[in-house]
Amino acid sequence: MNRRNILIFKFFILFAFWVLLSLWVLDPNYPGKFDALHIVKGLIASIIVVYLLRDLILHGEKIHIKFLRAIPYVVWELWQIVLANIDVAYRVLHPKMPINPLIVEFYVPYKGDMTKTWLANSITLTPGTITILVDDQRFIVHALDKSFADPLLIDQTMQKKLMHVFMEGDYDSSS
Amino acid sequence: MESLPIVSAILVFGGTFFMVVGSIGLIRLPDFYARLHAAGKPDTLGEILIVLGLILYDPFSLITVKLFFLSFFILVANPTATHAVAMAAYKRGLVPWRRDQE
Repeated sequence: MNRRNILIFKFFILFAFWVLLSLWVLDPNYPGKFDALHIVKGLIASIIVVYLLRDLILHGEKIHIKFLRAIPYVVWELWQIVLANIDVAYRVLHPKMPINPLIVEFYVPYKGDMTKTWLANSITLTPGTITILVDDQRFIVHALDKSFADPLLIDQTMQKKLMHVFMEGDYDSSS
Repeated sequence: MESLPIVSAILVFGGTFFMVVGSIGLIRLPDFYARLHAAGKPDTLGEILIVLGLILYDPFSLITVKLFFLSFFILVANPTATHAVAMAAYKRGLVPWRRDQE
């Protein structure tokens, strides 16, 4: 897809979202506003947002492949969030509170802003770890306990999976 | 179809559990960074579970789609805000608490 098509694609997604939120629901308790005035308002708002965010989201090459690859990653990430939340809940409720906070630092091999943003947000979403600082390729992460930091430092599963999603580097995996 | 409200109730209950755990952690944990862990993340899972329970309570309406988008936005906005607060504290030079410092 070239640049113009991506812009049009973004515009249609935003406008569809507007229509979705303003649709009249088949329930008299929740009347929506779906008349000419509000459709025109939605068109204008979509154009303004697409113009303001023209270089921010969904740019670059092969975004459809990235999008498809991101779906299994999001599912895996949600499952990790559930597992890690149970662990944190156990540590918080335990009378002796078995935590030992530490700050770890590691480097990522990728350059893309999108990849780094996803990694930072994934780390923060997984309980027990918070991304404190992203400085070029260096990540500073605060972890509640060493066991939370180890997957990031030793296995680096998350980093490899994101590398696969965004097709960075020569790492290739079918998983 | 009888089992759907039960599943929904279990999900809402689980979400509430994680919200309560987050609040307890906010009080019990020792310092600013550790409290951020409790403030930001169990809430994300708790909110998503509650929204999922509400979706299952009344499926196949437009409200379902809106609730789905709501959970998506929480998933994006929550870690970003947590990260912003953590970075502000780090740049001001706040030293994290360690167990061997006691």
